Amino acid sequence: MTTPLLRLRGLTKAYPGVVANQDVSFDIQPGEIHALLGENGAGKSTLVKTIYGLVKPDAGQMELQGAVFAPAEPRAARMAGVAMVFQHFSLFDAMNVAENIALGMENPPPQREIAARVRLVSDQYGLPLDPLRIVGELSAGERQRVEIVRCLLQDPKLLIMDEPTSVLTPQEVAILFETLRRLRAAGAAILYISHKLEEIRALCDAATVLRLGRVVGSCDPRTTSAREMAELMVGSSLHVPHKAARPEGEVILTLQGLSAKAPHRFGTALRDIDLTVRRGEILGIGGVAGNGQDELVAALSGEIRTRRDMVLFDGKSIGHLAPNARRRLGLLAAPEERMGHAAAPDMSLTENALLTAAARQDLTARGFVRWGKAREFAANVIAAFDVRTPGAGNTARSLSGGNLQKFVIGREIMQDPALLVVNQPTWGVDASAAAAIRQALLDLAAKGAAVICISQDLDELMEISDRFAALNAGRLSAPRPAQGLSVEQIGLMLGGAHDMEVAHVDA
Amino acid sequence: MDLSAINPILLLASLMVAATPILLAAIGELVVERAGVLNLGVEGMMITGAVCGFIVTINAGSPLLGFAGAAIGGALLALVFGVLTQVLLSNQVATGLALTLFGLGFAALLGQGYIGIKAPVIPKWPVPVLSDIPVIGPILFNHDPVVYLGIAIIAGVWAFLRYSRAGLILRAVGENHDAAHALGYHVIRVRLLAIMFGGACAGLGGAYLSLVRVPQWTEGLTAGAGWIALAIVVFASWRPWRLLLGAYLFGGVTVLQLNLQAAGMAIPVAYLSMAPYLATILVLVMMRAGRAPGSLAQSFHASR
Repeated sequence: MTTPLLRLRGLTKAYPGVVANQDVSFDIQPGEIHALLGENGAGKSTLVKTIYGLVKPDAGQMELQGAVFAPAEPRAARMAGVAMVFQHFSLFDAMNVAENIALGMENPPPQREIAARVRLVSDQYGLPLDPLRIVGELSAGERQRVEIVRCLLQDPKLLIMDEPTSVLTPQEVAILFETLRRLRAAGAAILYISHKLEEIRALCDAATVLRLGRVVGSCDPRTTSAREMAELMVGSSLHVPHKAARPEGEVILTLQGLSAKAPHRFGTALRDIDLTVRRGEILGIGGVAGNGQDELVAALSGEIRTRRDMVLFDGKSIGHLAPNARRRLGLLAAPEERMGHAAAPDMSLTENALLTAAARQDLTARGFVRWGKAREFAANVIAAFDVRTPGAGNTARSLSGGNLQKFVIGREIMQDPALLVVNQPTWGVDASAAAAIRQALLDLAAKGAAVICISQDLDELMEISDRFAALNAGRLSAPRPAQGLSVEQIGLMLGGAHDMEVAHVDA
Repeated sequence: MDLSAINPILLLASLMVAATPILLAAIGELVVERAGVLNLGVEGMMITGAVCGFIVTINAGSPLLGFAGAAIGGALLALVFGVLTQVLLSNQVATGLALTLFGLGFAALLGQGYIGIKAPVIPKWPVPVLSDIPVIGPILFNHDPVVYLGIAIIAGVWAFLRYSRAGLILRAVGENHDAAHALGYHVIRVRLLAIMFGGACAGLGGAYLSLVRVPQWTEGLTAGAGWIALAIVVFASWRPWRLLLGAYLFGGVTVLQLNLQAAGMAIPVAYLSMAPYLATILVLVMMRAGRAPGSLAQSFHASR
């Protein structure tokens, strides 16, 4: 047997109150795409941060190509040939692509040479990038390209990718996979973290499953079904959401030529959107990030006001109304960014519940807060949506992403909306929590509410929506029945591959 | 009133002198803010530098040592701010305001025995050949060395931020400290160094007031120059050469109003003294400020 590229032996890391990794051991072979699976909070991030030198393990050791590997900082890991693409991009908005790339390299050459090498590598791998563009103006897919090219320029032996496909179109995913396969063919190993089990089955050669910080199994993803892998992650059998047949209800929302200017410099203007949504249906809206999703949610929730007759809700013009007035009518929304938009990070869950539920749940009286009632409401949300937290008095920041997401979605659903708008309801949420959120949306629709679900996860949209529409550069395509749509058709609706092309080197 | 008593050449030359203290303080604060830290203690660091510079100059007899002492004094006071905000994670705005109040009182205490003493005159350094050019020569090339130093620091900071690797890292830390940390840069170390540089520059600016402009020690002699420096950093959109422009604009109005006062203009003196500050406010309102560094004034802690 050959020496593994990276060998992990008994890695343990504890934080106050929680053991993030316990006795984690596995090997990564050269030329292998190795999947790391686990729910949110299973310890995947801590583990890859350990490999990248951001976290020092309490116990255990690593070997890189047979030699002891204990990077004190990311610099040392990069020198040893380990590169990482972060889940939350580690990019600097106000700087250009070449500067961003230089910051991720050891001993970078002068800017002009970087620009030349960026053009070369991006050509080679079919990842077009202009080195002089300002990163803040790039789409999410392009930003990821910056991260990947930054890694490729260093000829890594091991590339760590944390949730790389969550923001990409199917075509972009296909191109990313082609790039990764070429990298593998060139002898590099890839440690690949994703929640999307079908992707892992298509791409990876080996998989290690973490649960609560321990390795609970490994499998060959090419021969293991997605369901089996999911159950290995969760440790119990997985609940698959089911769609109940629903009668078609009356029209609840009509958009007539909805247009709005971009709210900020990096935003997208909404252009002439027409749409009707009926009670009891789930409308899925797909699209690559940055094509007007945030703006559409804002125009529906009331954060962006428009001409009054552009938005008709239950027959009334509400385009000019503020969020709380719309909430009273039954139009609720849960924006994408949990931390800081859907929830105030340093406020307790009770306070966060108050912020959107005060109007509909009668949580205030004559200008005073009814704390008892607010606490009760927050506790109900926590119980109904299985939010894992010691109590409603804890801050939103202390919750893991998936748990906070369950809380913010649950908070709106428990207010019994007539129309609920959600943006990326399961982004960065593990399989079981995602299934629970999807089921809750389906149940809500079954009770006769309308749901608009904006997401970049097409599998999710196909799973729950009745009709599907795509946002592209602020325009909304005509909705089509979701049943029977093929991936190719969806890709075309999303507006093609966004100037990506399949790699064309003979590596 | 006799406007012909105002000599335009002297006016422009004294503009450069009047602008130098705020220019020095502002360029230091610009570096601090580009690193993502908002230090509102510029006024306090300036006056501490003013008194340190004055004391060292009187006791050592050398203005050169005086300026060095001012820079060290300013940097040490800035280090207090740095340790409080970067290591102990105190709020930057509150700590900066406290630093100003502390600096004003501390400087008054240090300077008690020095009130009424006159500082030695710092000779001018006319640049050979260039200073003989008519009109331009006396305006640009016939000044004391600190005026040239101020412009040199602007040029140095500009080149540092634009061309050097360390400057790139400093900007990265100010733009997104979480990403910079994830890439393995030492956010706190970079910020502490920037804060100390800012303090040293503010100290130099203060010493220029007590040793050249006034030139003696009185309590509260900075008279809000530190606040103007803060405003000019925003006016300049965090860019060094625009900062030079802003400082000259303020210096120009200051000098002009002094000249108008001397010429006996029929406007109450109080209005004229207000003019530079009013001009600053007006310009700040009219200018569209550029984009501030992304992590400005946010505390950084590795676990968040």
